[in-house]
Amino acid sequence: MADGNAAKIDYFGALTAGLWRENPTFRLLIGMCPPLAVTTAVKPALTMGLSVIFVLVCSNVVISLMRNLLKPHLRIIMFCLSIATFVTICDLYLRAFAPAMSEILGAYVPLIIVNCIIIFRAEACASKNNVWVSFLDGIGSGTGFTIALCILAGIREILASGKFCDYQVMPHGFVPWAAMQMPVGAFVLMGLLLGLASLITAKKD
Amino acid sequence: MSFLSVVIVNNFVFTKFLGTCPYLGVSGRIDTAFGMGLAVTFVTALSGILTWLVDAYILVPLGLTITRYICYIIIIAGAVQLVEMYVKKFFPPLYKSFGIFLPLISTNCVILGICLFINIWGTNNLLEVAVLSTGAGIGFTVAICIMAAIRENMAMIDIPESLKGAPITLITAGLLTLAFMGFTGMIR
Repeated sequence: MADGNAAKIDYFGALTAGLWRENPTFRLLIGMCPPLAVTTAVKPALTMGLSVIFVLVCSNVVISLMRNLLKPHLRIIMFCLSIATFVTICDLYLRAFAPAMSEILGAYVPLIIVNCIIIFRAEACASKNNVWVSFLDGIGSGTGFTIALCILAGIREILASGKFCDYQVMPHGFVPWAAMQMPVGAFVLMGLLLGLASLITAKKD
Repeated sequence: MSFLSVVIVNNFVFTKFLGTCPYLGVSGRIDTAFGMGLAVTFVTALSGILTWLVDAYILVPLGLTITRYICYIIIIAGAVQLVEMYVKKFFPPLYKSFGIFLPLISTNCVILGICLFINIWGTNNLLEVAVLSTGAGIGFTVAICIMAAIRENMAMIDIPESLKGAPITLITAGLLTLAFMGFTGMIR
């Protein structure tokens, strides 16, 4: 079925938008709960990022497939139900194959259900575009989110324990910054990084 | 005692990082913040109790725990719908001032979070569940009102351009977390 005179769909744009221009954590300021909660070390952050990519891509595809059947006032609940299904799959998979990570992440894996990123992308992109664009958008935003998580987790882990992925990075005389392990470090670091991000954007314009 | 614990010592915003999105968005003025906090408290109290009841008397006995998250979401959406109808009927001006926020509460981390944590903590009597869920909502209200008060005052001082808005709010939240850490050990 030819697309006729429809505008050329920007697949590459859909993929790269989530990486910086519409990066969920640094630009759109959505989905802020996991970056603060699971970034005490890089491995949990990576696990969380990959889980979010999985759920985001699957739910984007499913919602895009059913976008023509959605009644407006039932949208949010339908999004939540599809997301909940994939999060259940993800949670069971983690509990079975990576129990240590699942322990550390605790309740934050099921909390992916109400992660603003997924619902926002479903609302803004998946419910309006075809499957391929939604798929690429899911990968893009998920990757952007994972990169943001890893940056935050990397800084916190190096400052809090001198290690990066359990590999000693700082010299032995380094006194760890205990504040980075605690909620304080998370909030303040996130604030400073956001300030940096807005500085970079301001300079670009 | 568990009430004080959940409101102050284990405050859901400051120690468990839940509810950060509306926290950043709504805490501009005290009256909107208080209204939002109140709505969240109603919904957490209602959903906390309902989800625990469903889990204890339907899901576990029938072995359907795999559908737990889906059931929780349905119950929370239903509770939000109830609160919305109630507020619309009895407090129309309040309903108007909420605008988009009320339906958005159903995707608030605090609500699903408290339901999940009650499940993880293995609470097993109804009164404690009621106290914990109301307390969590009140803790969120306390956190968001403190933040709103600080932000109202921050509007009058000189903040560097790149830190305006979310960054300075997060840094302030971090310092508030530090302050709330002083409460640890208050309850044995």
